[in-house]
Amino acid sequence: MFDIVTTPISIDHVMKQVMHHNAGAVVTFVGTVREMTGEKQTLYLQYEAYESMARSMLSRIGKEIREKWPDTRVAIVHRIGRLEIGDVAVAIAVSSPHRQDAYEANRYAIEHIKKLVPIWKKEHWTDGKLWVGNQTETVSFKERGGVARL
Amino acid sequence: MIRILLFAQLKDQVGENKLLLDYQPLSVADLKKQMQDRYKFQTKDVMVAINEEYAADYDMIHDGDVVAMIPPVSGG
Repeated sequence: MFDIVTTPISIDHVMKQVMHHNAGAVVTFVGTVREMTGEKQTLYLQYEAYESMARSMLSRIGKEIREKWPDTRVAIVHRIGRLEIGDVAVAIAVSSPHRQDAYEANRYAIEHIKKLVPIWKKEHWTDGKLWVGNQTETVSFKERGGVARL
Repeated sequence: MIRILLFAQLKDQVGENKLLLDYQPLSVADLKKQMQDRYKFQTKDVMVAINEEYAADYDMIHDGDVVAMIPPVSGG
């Protein structure tokens, strides 16, 4: 299961996609909307995606994981649209016979999503709004009416 | 005809999410330069995908291709 959705993500549903009799471990990563980043207060986030490419990139990451860690199963769901503080933006579940592979593979998935999958978040702060420029949130793109102070 | 898709801040800057360009032989680097000259946005950090596959600056764009201008991504 590799999907981009506009409705709330059920973590349970994502986990169930990878659970099976020979799995001894399931590692789940859940990315949520954070309110405070240093001194800045987020009101909400707006995510957009190049949906068709994002889906195929997610499934490619899944394929790479199954090649690197052959006995794993992977499911990734990313939500787009308007997300409020605390909402789940992304859920990644990886199962494997033993926990080490599931931990490593899950980490691989989120790091690659943040570098390669065409999804963008626009931060709406108390003092402005802007598109976040990269995964480490050190590059920003100033927008009219927005205040860039990263 | 080449279809160009714009996202995030590029979409906001240009005011469109899609542009049509009459076909001409050009590379990804040529297209980036044209976009930079015409719309004044920086393409240094912009990745380009041709038909949903990331492309290098030297890759050629063909008639009918869908070319996405992908600013640094921030999913997760």
